[in-house]
Amino acid sequence: MIGKKLLGFIAFLVVVFVLVPLFISATGRWDFFYTLTSVALLSVGAAGVWLTFYIGRINIGQGAYALIGGYVSTILVTQANVSFWLTLPLAGLFCAIISVAIGFPILRLRGVYFAMVTLVLTEVARLTALALPITNGAKGITSIPLPGELSIFGLTIIPAFGTLSNPRFGFYIMAVLLMIITYLVLWRIVNSRLGHLCRSLQQNEELSASIGVNTAYLRVLAYAISSFFGGIAGAMFASIAQSIYPSSFVVADSVNFMLYCFLGGLGYVFGPMLGTLLLYFGWDLLSIAREYQLLIYSGVMILLMLVLPNGVLSLLDKKEGSR
Amino acid sequence: MEQIIANGLYLGAQYALIALGLTLIFSLMNVLNFAHGQMYVFGGFVTYTVVVQLGLPFIVGLFASAIVLAVMGAAIEKFLFAPVVRRSKRDESTMLLAAGIAFFLDAVILLFFGEKQRGVPKIVNGVLNLDMRIIMPYDRILIGVLAILLIVAFIAFMHYSRTGRAMRALAQDKVAAQLMGVNVSRYSMIGFALGAMLAGLVGGLLVTITGVNLGMGGPTSVKAFLMIMIGGAGVISGAIAGGFILGMMESVGLTVLSAYGDITYLVIFASLMVFLAVRPQGLMGKPWG
Repeated sequence: MIGKKLLGFIAFLVVVFVLVPLFISATGRWDFFYTLTSVALLSVGAAGVWLTFYIGRINIGQGAYALIGGYVSTILVTQANVSFWLTLPLAGLFCAIISVAIGFPILRLRGVYFAMVTLVLTEVARLTALALPITNGAKGITSIPLPGELSIFGLTIIPAFGTLSNPRFGFYIMAVLLMIITYLVLWRIVNSRLGHLCRSLQQNEELSASIGVNTAYLRVLAYAISSFFGGIAGAMFASIAQSIYPSSFVVADSVNFMLYCFLGGLGYVFGPMLGTLLLYFGWDLLSIAREYQLLIYSGVMILLMLVLPNGVLSLLDKKEGSR
Repeated sequence: MEQIIANGLYLGAQYALIALGLTLIFSLMNVLNFAHGQMYVFGGFVTYTVVVQLGLPFIVGLFASAIVLAVMGAAIEKFLFAPVVRRSKRDESTMLLAAGIAFFLDAVILLFFGEKQRGVPKIVNGVLNLDMRIIMPYDRILIGVLAILLIVAFIAFMHYSRTGRAMRALAQDKVAAQLMGVNVSRYSMIGFALGAMLAGLVGGLLVTITGVNLGMGGPTSVKAFLMIMIGGAGVISGAIAGGFILGMMESVGLTVLSAYGDITYLVIFASLMVFLAVRPQGLMGKPWG
């Protein structure tokens, strides 16, 4: 069993680090690197949303944390001259701290109420970014320097992106690495004691509280981890785009994060990754359909929901298939 | 001051009507209809087509909007929501469907009506001027009164008709209503059609004043969510209260806070989050909805 999983993991690594770059250089579609980088980063954010789904909360507020993370990293890089690689975890931590403060009261809400408050949170983040002086209002912050080099004891681990001959490829590798680490962490969480406790929250919060599970602490913890993911995804995004505006992450992005989870399947750790790939990449490919792009995209989305209401990965569910 | 209150009441009447449709759908099926704003925009475009392009009177356009949207709502419920609700493991899956429908309607509006801002010529001319204290065009007053009449008619319908009673029973307790012989699938469909119809009617009313465009759908949905959160999701009186409260807050905020820049909505959102932290179920909602 373990061997099979390891084999799958190695196959995945080969695909993303060898086959995909080979394919792209063979076809010459270099823009795919940018698309796939976006997919990888969005799926990091979606992983966070998925974790809040796992404790039984619908989170439509990931855009807020992605925006906050992006701004924290950008402001640290441009105004305090901190290395980007240090701001990445700092942005995540900042989001986690904010999410504890916000999450403590609002995580008492459930179902649609929580969903709607988080939706409002995205708007609050956008409007705050517009109103604060440090974020430079609607003009945003542009021409952010590319990440510098990261070295420990003089040993270069990551070269400066400005010196790379193909920064797109560098960003792709970085984003995919980040995605892999995120999903390994997520997989580890789900298969740990913490994961089991989260599952009990999803099923029946009162019952698990009655047998001594500290539900208030658990849900804030899960929400903080979720926001951490959102923050680092946003920070990386701002660095790749080399700019950030209050409209970089809006309500539509928050909704999309949620849709990625739904489409992939809420019951599967790797659901959000697949969902992001299908929806984002599919949208990109459909651009050849021009004015019918949105029509086809939404039509396929509705159809998928009708055929597979429990997500694409529910195809793997053998019990369901035999019934 | 009087002007602010008059503006607030006028805004509130429209908002309440939008929120009513959303809350009706939510109370019956536990579905958060993301496509509500798009339905509203669609209703506006139907009225525009009938009135401006076909040259028919405004009232015909309004009826056309109501009928088109009601049929659309019924079809969406019967062919999309009902099968998904039946087969999915978690209630929330309907959210993906609702968001998909919202995108789909956006695409349809784009293809049929284009992306231009569309409006209908004023139905009545003239401005009411009370001593320079309240200044309000007659057409806004007419639309506001019509909206309030529609709200009253809707409440009366829910309270005194057989269909309305059945829907209220369903909202209270689905199983009990079913045991009493209420046909759940039929009344869910009627409820969805009614909710969509209300959205279409508001669209038809507002196209005479503000006009409609493609981009209005999403923000309208968010506003409607706000209203039903203030009042409590799934409660009719709550939706009306929420609509009027939001209308008032917007009207007061735009006047009082204008000195500090464009922060009205930031203040509204922030106070809403504090309010919900204290009272999660809204003003009149049931705990945990």
